[in-house]
Amino acid sequence: RENEQRARKRKMRLLTHNMLSSNIKGVANGFPLRIEVEKVVEKQVDFNADFLKNMFAKIEWKALVDASRSMGYSELPGDANPAMLDSDDFLQKFHHALLELHLEEGALVCPETGRKFPVNKGIPNMLLHEDEV
Amino acid sequence: MKLKQLEGLLGSIQQFSNPKIDLEQYPTGPHIASRMLYTAENSFGDVSDKVVADFGCGCGTLGLAAGLLGAQHVIGLDIDDQSLEIASINADDLELDMNFVQCDIKNFRWRDQIVDTVIMNPPFGTRKKGADMDFLSVALKVASQAVYSLHKTTTRDHVKRTALRDYNASSAEILCEVYHIQLICSFASIFCVYPYIIDNISRIHSILLFFMVN
Repeated sequence: RENEQRARKRKMRLLTHNMLSSNIKGVANGFPLRIEVEKVVEKQVDFNADFLKNMFAKIEWKALVDASRSMGYSELPGDANPAMLDSDDFLQKFHHALLELHLEEGALVCPETGRKFPVNKGIPNMLLHEDEV
Repeated sequence: MKLKQLEGLLGSIQQFSNPKIDLEQYPTGPHIASRMLYTAENSFGDVSDKVVADFGCGCGTLGLAAGLLGAQHVIGLDIDDQSLEIASINADDLELDMNFVQCDIKNFRWRDQIVDTVIMNPPFGTRKKGADMDFLSVALKVASQAVYSLHKTTTRDHVKRTALRDYNASSAEILCEVYHIQLICSFASIFCVYPYIIDNISRIHSILLFFMVN
């Protein structure tokens, strides 16, 4: 079938990663998940400054910086404040890290237990085993 | 995008090949899905440029509709990997970037307030009692602006009351009533094995509820 023959790029953005937390029973703080990279994909997306400015307040900055570095992108400053949103250069880098870097294969790792949640074809599997619920 | 165009595009996507009864898998028809998202966007501005989550996304119909109407980031959540595979194919076919997460809504942990809008056609609770309310409770925690959800008409008062009293909704409005005519066709092939399911579903009317978050 044509579907199987086409190279399908399935991916997970860092914006999604910034929301995900380990949900294993007994874990006090499961955020952020560490990223183990096997395959990263970059895909261009239209730039939307207003969206980025809105998101800035909601994003956990350090988690985004660490995640983007593990994906091979080190342009984001370690610290950021709202004043930086006036800089187009900063916004472009923020845009790239948040929306254009995709994890296709790898794992998300619980920061407390080390348990790996596999990411296959861009889809993280966060289903828990019976003893983790 | 015009409503008719949206409905047409949604009508072209792949659906469940072997729906799982226990998960109450049935497609959200393009007629309902297009109107639901069209209303969310044109009456309330809850779709374009927003972060939207589709709970129990199945083959992705609602999330894809959100993407087609200009949502900035759409995430589909489902427990079933076969559905997610179909949903991924549908997103590719429509050239939409949609993220997917495989999880159980009941024990899933999100960081709050990033998601603007939750859209869903949750299980009605005909197989697993209370499933609809589980979904709604999580949706109202996760969404920072609004939740759009389909529920059985017979549960209307219970759902509204619980959402306002227990789940932190600041308002709960019924947007419209719909008939699920398609459901009878989907399950016709298993009529002999599960006659009581056919009976239940053929009489379901569902309501589209809109919840604003406190």
